[in-house]
Amino acid sequence: MDESAKTGRPLAKRNLLLNPKVVPYVFIAPFLIFFLVIYLYPFISTILMSFQRIDGPNSVEWIGTANYQKMFNRNFKQALATTFRYAFWDVVVLTIVPLIFAVILNSSNVKFPSFFKSLYFVPALTSTIVVGIVFRLAFGTLPTAPANRLLALFGQPAKDWLMFPDSGNFVLILLTLWRWMGVNIIYYISGLQAIPTDLYEAAKIDGANSVQQFLHISLPGIKPVLIYVITITVLGGFAMFTESVALWAQNNPGGVGRTIVGYMYLMGFYKNNMGMASAVGLVLLGLVLAVNLIQLIAMGFFRKED
Amino acid sequence: MKHSNRIDGRRQRVKTILYTTLMFITAALLMVPFYFMFLSSLKPGTEMLRNGLSLTFDPGVSSFKNYEALNTYREGIYWSWYKSSLIIMVLQTAVGLVLSSMVGYGLAMYRFKGRNAVFTLVLILMMVPFEILLLPLYRMLIKAHLTDTYFGVILPYLVPPFMIFFFRQYVLGLPKELLEAARIDGCSDYGVFFRIMVPNMIPAYGAMTILSCMNSWNNLLWPLIVLNSNEKFTIPIGMGTTITPYGNAFDVLMPGAVMAVVPIIIVYLFAQKTFIAGLTSGSVKG
Repeated sequence: MDESAKTGRPLAKRNLLLNPKVVPYVFIAPFLIFFLVIYLYPFISTILMSFQRIDGPNSVEWIGTANYQKMFNRNFKQALATTFRYAFWDVVVLTIVPLIFAVILNSSNVKFPSFFKSLYFVPALTSTIVVGIVFRLAFGTLPTAPANRLLALFGQPAKDWLMFPDSGNFVLILLTLWRWMGVNIIYYISGLQAIPTDLYEAAKIDGANSVQQFLHISLPGIKPVLIYVITITVLGGFAMFTESVALWAQNNPGGVGRTIVGYMYLMGFYKNNMGMASAVGLVLLGLVLAVNLIQLIAMGFFRKED
Repeated sequence: MKHSNRIDGRRQRVKTILYTTLMFITAALLMVPFYFMFLSSLKPGTEMLRNGLSLTFDPGVSSFKNYEALNTYREGIYWSWYKSSLIIMVLQTAVGLVLSSMVGYGLAMYRFKGRNAVFTLVLILMMVPFEILLLPLYRMLIKAHLTDTYFGVILPYLVPPFMIFFFRQYVLGLPKELLEAARIDGCSDYGVFFRIMVPNMIPAYGAMTILSCMNSWNNLLWPLIVLNSNEKFTIPIGMGTTITPYGNAFDVLMPGAVMAVVPIIIVYLFAQKTFIAGLTSGSVKG
């Protein structure tokens, strides 16, 4: 039965927006406009800028691949190393630790699981900059800083935590783990709860222990969630900036803790070298996409499920 | 048989105690930074400069005086930062929820030409580090005279791809018959969306509200680029300015940090049930 016959309105008079062929496009229109203005146009312009020398809005010079050739100096390599070190540990720690907690919380062996779930999420609500101040002081240079007192308990000398790449990275990972653990736990639990319980019952009857159950039922069951978590973590790891600003200053002279995004910001806004900053940004994009592509292939994302 | 059951039961109980204790210890550790923050907010800045953080509560030097200093520090600029952060958070979240839920709904509910292409695009954008587009976006803002405005700050977050993705997944779990039935009742497709689908998507809205508020409240890089007048700064930018090579304004920093955490925790406490349910049950209807 035709709708217009019911409502009594002639078809021709009806708004074009109500045409069933048009309706879906109205719904997705905000995204299409957003994509063109916020992603596509800036993306094309950043590619163009990476081949330019920009000394102001009216002084643009095409310089070919010079930005890319000049890019690999000491400071950039340092930022690259910092980013890789952080991204690697970020992915390892933030994939595995929350998974362990999620499995424990999802088993029937814990009292008040929803209380813990809610509580573990609270750190994610805080601003990294604000909490970073606490971490900075906790790992401060004073011998009375909490971390150094902890070392003293074990008879170790006080440490200048944030002055060295490795211990600095440790504090960064700790800050990230503190803030983000609860989020990943919730993602994992959502995956674990979707697994039918009779699979576990059957495995128990077959005599599988809890490790075997985890490896053969839980892990394959949460694969989509696992892929999602790893993909997001790779992105977050390589694009990290705020955590580094929180622990070090925006423009710290030694460059310890400066990431690729930090270096890009330094080039674009402090050194006013927009062309170089664009080239750095594109290298970052290439890195993230390459690492995620390798990861997705390794996880069998493109393989057809059997 | 009976005997081994009893051993199993005892083993089970030991396991429960062990795991629950582990969870408690972890929870306590996670709360330590909050404890530091609160204790330090009660101490005079000079005490902080001399001794740094300490876990001990010293009633002799502790008071709520610092919280009053928030009102007087640079003519109460802290509250201007606070207001900016709140305005940006509310605007960004409201617009983001409306637009991305529409898009997610469109992608999940209709079959149309180009649907898969659009969805693939959403997935790809979720993997693009947004930070690399900030420079050209900033140049665009200059041309459009939008620097130093709140609209400029929220512009890149009007239709966040991760929200589209989430809403799409959620709507896939809603029965399509809802649409058919309402159409037969003479409701337009937009009427169906606003009157019937939106109420069915509340858990998804709850989850996305919290995530969006978190992102906005914590955002540093883009607001830092866009805003340049002191009273429009957000809390993260403003707090950053109190840390200088010549010493940190701890009197403001610590109570400011505590006050910055409070509103978002209040939002969380209220929406917490919907939030966790929304995040965990993308496919289960709420």
